[in-house]
Amino acid sequence: MTAENSFYGPLEDPAGDAGHREHPPRMGFFTDTSVCIGCKACEVACKEWNGIPEDGIDLLGMSFDNTGMLGASSWRHVAFIEQERPLGRQDAGLADLPVGPSSTEEAEEVVADALEVARRGGGDLGTAPVDLGFPSFDLPGAGTGTETRTQFRWLMSSDVCKHCTHAGCLDVCPTGALFRTEFGTVVVQPDICNGCGYCVSGCPYGVIDRRPDDGRAWKCTMCYDRLRDGLEPACAKACPTDSIQFGPLDELRRNADRRLAALHEAGVTEAQLYGRDPEDGVGGDGAFFLLLDDPEVYGLPPDPVVPTRDLMSMWKHAGVAASALLAVSAAVFVRGGRR
Amino acid sequence: MGSNMAEAHPVGFQWVIEAKARGAKVIHIDPRFTRTSAHADQHVTLRAGTDIAFLGGVINYILMHDLDFREYVRAYTNAPFLLSERYRDTEDLDGLFSGYDPQTASYDASSWSYASTPMDEQPGHHLKEVSAPYQHGAGGPFIEGAAGGIESDPALEHPRCVFQVVKRHFSRYTPEMVERICGVPQELFLDVCRAWTENSGRERTTALVYSVGWTQHSVGAQFIRAGSIVQLLLGNIGRPGGGIFALRGHASIQGSTDVPTLFNLLPGYLPMPDTTHEDLATYLDGVRGRGQKGFWGAADAYMVSLLKEYWGDAATAENDYCFDYLPRINGDHGTYRTVMDMVDGGKVFGYFLLGQNPAVGSAHGRLQRLGMANLDWLVVRDLAMIESATFWKDAPEIETGEIVTEKCRTEVFFFPAASHVEKAGTFTQTQRMLQWRDQAVEPSGDQRSELWFFHQLGVRLKEKLAGSADERDRPVLDLAWDYETEGDEPSPSDVLRHINGIDLNTGRTVDGYLDLKADGTTACGCWIYSGVYAGETNQSRRRTSRFETGPYDAEWGWTWPLNRRVLYNRASADPQGRPWSERKKLVWWDAEAGEWTGHDTPDFEKNKPPDYKAPEGASGVQALDGDDAFIMMRDGKGWLFAPAGLADGPMPTHYEPHESPMRNLLYGQQGNPVRKVYGRPDNPSNPAPPEAHSEVFPFVFTAARLTEHHTAGAMSRQLPYLAELQPELFVEVSPELAVERGLHHLDWAHVITSRTAVDARVVVTDRMAPLRVDGRVVHQVWMPYHWGQTGLTKGDVVNDLIGVVADPNVFIQESKVLTCDVRPGRRPRGPALLEYVADYRRRAGITTETGTRIATADGHVERAHIESDRPEEPS
Repeated sequence: MTAENSFYGPLEDPAGDAGHREHPPRMGFFTDTSVCIGCKACEVACKEWNGIPEDGIDLLGMSFDNTGMLGASSWRHVAFIEQERPLGRQDAGLADLPVGPSSTEEAEEVVADALEVARRGGGDLGTAPVDLGFPSFDLPGAGTGTETRTQFRWLMSSDVCKHCTHAGCLDVCPTGALFRTEFGTVVVQPDICNGCGYCVSGCPYGVIDRRPDDGRAWKCTMCYDRLRDGLEPACAKACPTDSIQFGPLDELRRNADRRLAALHEAGVTEAQLYGRDPEDGVGGDGAFFLLLDDPEVYGLPPDPVVPTRDLMSMWKHAGVAASALLAVSAAVFVRGGRR
Repeated sequence: MGSNMAEAHPVGFQWVIEAKARGAKVIHIDPRFTRTSAHADQHVTLRAGTDIAFLGGVINYILMHDLDFREYVRAYTNAPFLLSERYRDTEDLDGLFSGYDPQTASYDASSWSYASTPMDEQPGHHLKEVSAPYQHGAGGPFIEGAAGGIESDPALEHPRCVFQVVKRHFSRYTPEMVERICGVPQELFLDVCRAWTENSGRERTTALVYSVGWTQHSVGAQFIRAGSIVQLLLGNIGRPGGGIFALRGHASIQGSTDVPTLFNLLPGYLPMPDTTHEDLATYLDGVRGRGQKGFWGAADAYMVSLLKEYWGDAATAENDYCFDYLPRINGDHGTYRTVMDMVDGGKVFGYFLLGQNPAVGSAHGRLQRLGMANLDWLVVRDLAMIESATFWKDAPEIETGEIVTEKCRTEVFFFPAASHVEKAGTFTQTQRMLQWRDQAVEPSGDQRSELWFFHQLGVRLKEKLAGSADERDRPVLDLAWDYETEGDEPSPSDVLRHINGIDLNTGRTVDGYLDLKADGTTACGCWIYSGVYAGETNQSRRRTSRFETGPYDAEWGWTWPLNRRVLYNRASADPQGRPWSERKKLVWWDAEAGEWTGHDTPDFEKNKPPDYKAPEGASGVQALDGDDAFIMMRDGKGWLFAPAGLADGPMPTHYEPHESPMRNLLYGQQGNPVRKVYGRPDNPSNPAPPEAHSEVFPFVFTAARLTEHHTAGAMSRQLPYLAELQPELFVEVSPELAVERGLHHLDWAHVITSRTAVDARVVVTDRMAPLRVDGRVVHQVWMPYHWGQTGLTKGDVVNDLIGVVADPNVFIQESKVLTCDVRPGRRPRGPALLEYVADYRRRAGITTETGTRIATADGHVERAHIESDRPEEPS
C-alpha cells in the first residue's frame, strides 16, 4: 500500500495498490434500480451458483421483501418500498378514487415488531422505526388521520456488497482472509477466516456477517470464480431487464451518467447515483447504484465512511499522546532527580 | 389489461422496458397495482370483470369521434358488409341478441348472418355442449357462400352494415357509464382513450397485451373480441409494434393447444369429430364448408395426413383413412364436467394426471378432491409428490371427515417425471415459437420423460391386446407407432419429424403445409407445425443471434405457420400493396419481382398481386382476393362483428360476472346469458343481483400469481430458494378495508365464499384501492393461489374458494372474479368449518338454484338451470 490515498480519498487503482502488478481493468456492478421489476432472479441465481443456504422462511411483511437485508446467507437482496409520491411523470391513477389514509406507517410499525423476532442468520435486522426527520407532506402537527392517498409509487432495488475502493472489512481483517482481487473486488476466503467478526463492525453498509451455525464471515464475491473464467456474475446474467449491469467500472460509470441524464430529462428529478463518486467516504463503490430516492429510503447509509479514514490521524494523535507521555515522564524524572 | 406481465412473464417484460427506453408509453389497467404497474406511465384501477364495459367505452369513443383508421377498416374488416334483416341487437332485447332460447340458455345464431349468406336455423344447444366455437379454431365457422361476394356498403352508412351496427351496439358505453360500472374516473378513462387513439394510425401503432386475467371469465372470449375490435378499428393488427399479445399461462401451454389433449380439438385446431359426422367426407364438409375463402379449404389434406400419421399403412382411402377409429364426442366432456362425473360415480373410473395438480390448481378444489377419491385408479406423473397424489391422507376433507383414508377406494400410482433439462424436445411459447432444448443431464432413478411414458404405454397396450379379434381394440392395434428409438427411449427429433410431416413416397420431411396431400401420400402430426423440420433440419434448434438477423429474428427457433412472425402482416400494406407508412413498413408488394417481400415472411400467397380478383365459383385459397389480408377467415376479413362462431353473441356485451355485488347498469340481462352453470348442491354460487342477500359476500375477490411461485406450487414450494422469497399465503387488502373489517397487517384473517373458508396472513397495502362504483364504495381483495398442504411452505388452497362456472365458448372457468367476505382471525377447522360455511349459505339464502337463473332480461321467466337428474350430494 504505497499510494497517497491508500486509506482514504480517491484511489485510481485499488488492485495495484494492493500489490497486483499486471491485472485486468477494475470490474464492477452498476445496478440501475429504475428498471428493476422486483423478480428476485438475482437472489435465486446467486444462491444457486454459490451454494448458499436458505436464510429463513418467514413472512416479513416489508412489502414483497421477505429477505430483509444483506447477510451471511443473502448476498443479493431486493428491497421494495411503497411510497405516497409520484415517480417522475407516472400516474398511479389514484386521484378521484375514494381512498383514505395510507397504510405505510401502520405497516412500518408492525413490520418492525415482526423483524425483531424474525429468525435471521447471523445478525439483527432494523428495529423500531426512528424518526430521521424526513420531510413529510403534512404540515407539522396537522395530521388528523383523514389524509387521503393521491399518489403512489413502488420502488424496487437489488442491493449487494459494494466492493468499496476503501473496504472497511478488508482493512480490519487480522487473518488475511479478506483480500483485494486482481479485478479490484473484495473477497473473503472461508478456509482462512477464523470468525473473529471484526469485519462485521468494519463495514459501513452492514453487508458482511457471520453464519451462526458456521461462525465464519461470508459475503458476495462478485462471482470471483466466474470472473476468472471470463463469465459475468450469476446475478447479472439472470437479471432480465439488465438492471444489474456488469463490466469495467469506468464504462459502467459512463453508462450511469448517461442514464441519469436521460431520467432527469424524462422528469424523474429524484434520480441520483449512489456510490459513484470517488470523493465519497469509501473512495467510491465497485458496485454502485442509480436510486430513485435518498439512500435512507432504501436502507442504505447516506454518508458511508471507511473506518480507516481516521487511521493516520489516530496514529498521529496516538503518537502525539505517546510523546507527550514520554516527555512528561522524562520531565518528572529530570525534575525530581536529586533529593 | 388482464395481465401482470412483469410478474408473470418477467423475461418477456424486458422488451417492454426496452420499448420504454425508446419512448414507448405503458398503460396498465388492472384491479391492483402490481410490479407491472410500477413501471407503467399510467395505471388504472379497474373493477374486476368489467373489462368489456371499459373496452366498449373505448370503441364508442373511437366511433363517436371518427378516430378509426378508415382506409384499413374499409379494406380489411367486415365493416361494410350488410347483416340479415332478422338480426336484433342487445339494444333491442334488453341485453340479449336475437335467437336466444331460455330453455337451453343458448343461441340459434342464424339471425346474425350476413344478408348475402343466410344460414339455416340451428338450435345452439348441441354446439354449446361440445364447445363448438373452440373447435373452429383459427377460421371461425363457415359462412357458406362467403367466397361469392358479400353485399356491402363501402360508404359504411347503411343502417344494417356492420360498422353502423357496431356503433349502435356500443352507443351507451359512454365515459359516464364506464365510470359508473368500472369505477374508473371519466377523465382518467378519456386519457387512456386519447393515448390509444393518438398512438395509432399510419405512422404509429399500439400493442395490446392480455393474459389469464382476460381468459378466466364467464365472458372471457368476448373480452378478447372487444380488444380485437379496438385494434382492428385502429388498424393495429398485422402491423409492427401493434397487434395483440396473448401471453399464455405457463411454459409450453401454447404447444398444449397446438397439439392438444383437449376433448374437442385435434392437432392444428382441427375439430374433434362428433356424433353427427358419419364419415370423413361429412366431417370435412363441416370443416371446409362450401363456397368459402381461406386456408381451411385445404382441411382435407391436413386431416388425411393426420390420420396417416396415426395409423400409417392401416389407413387407406378404402377405409376412410381409419376416420372411424377416432372417438366421436356427443356432449360436454370438459374437465369440470368429467370431474363432476367422477363425484357422481358410474362413468369415470381412471384418471391420468401429467404435470397437473387439480387438488390445488383447478377451480373448486373440494370438488376435484372428492372426484379423485371416487375412482378405481389414479396415475400421477410429476416432479414432486403433489397434493393430488396424497389427497387420500392430507386433503382438507380428511380433517372435515368428508374423505376417510381407510375407506378411500382410489388406488394411486405415482411415477416420477424427468424435468425439462433431463430430456430433449421443444417448448412452444406464446409467440408461437418452437424452441428446441437439448438434454443436459440424464434423469436419475426411475424418472422418465412424458415421451417415454406414453410410448411405452402404447407399446405395452399393443402387446396386451395382440391377437384380439374385438373391433374395439383395432384403433390401438393399428397405430403406426413407428418412431425411432434408442433402446426403449423414443427419439424426440424423430417425433418432431413426424409432427412436421413426411412424404411417404420419399421418406423425407415436407417443407410446409402447402406440400400436404389429401391422397394418403403424406403424413403429418400437426399441419400448423409443418415446416419446423423442413429439409431434414431441426429449424426449432436454430439460435442465430438477433444481432445477426433482421428485426424479426427469423433464424431464432421457428414460429408457426411457416416461420411468419407477425400474423396477417398483409395488413401492414395498403390495398395497393404499399406500406401504410415508411416508418411502419413490414411487408409490401414488389411489382418488378412479382412477389410479396419485406422484413418478415409475408403471411400471404407469395405471388398473388394486391389487385387480384378471384374468379366466380372459386373457393378455399383460390377465392382469396389480393386484399383479403385475413387469410384464415371465411370471408378474408377481420371481424368487427362475428356472424357465426361464438356461443354468446356476435359482439362483446358488458355482462356482470357470475358473482357480483352490482346490478348490470346497461341491461336487464345481468350475466352472460349463455354461460355454463353447473347447478348442483356441491357447486353453490354466491347470490348476485337481482337475487337477494348478495351483501353477505360484499367484496370482489380476485386471484393471480406471484413471480416467486409457479401455478399450483409443486415446482416452487418444494425449493428453499423460492419458498423463502414468498414464504406464506397472504391476502392483500386496502387500508380502508382493513379499518372496515378490523384487519391488521401480518395478523391472521380468513376469506369466505359459499364453497369454503381459507386462512391467510393479512397484508395491508396502498396498492389495493377501493373504487366508487355507481355511487357505492366497492372493495376488492387479492390472493395468490400457489399454496397447498405439501412443501417447505404450506397454506390453504385458494382454489377451494372458487366454484365452477364457465365461458360457453371454451369452457374456461371464471376464477378471476367472485365475491367473498373477509373476517379477522383464523377459520374454524374440521367439521366446525362445514358448519361455519353452511351458516353463511343459510344467511345468503343459497340453494341449488342460486346463480342458475341465467336469463334475467325483460320478458324472461326465471328458469333455473340445475342438474335435477343428478343424485343429491351430501354436504
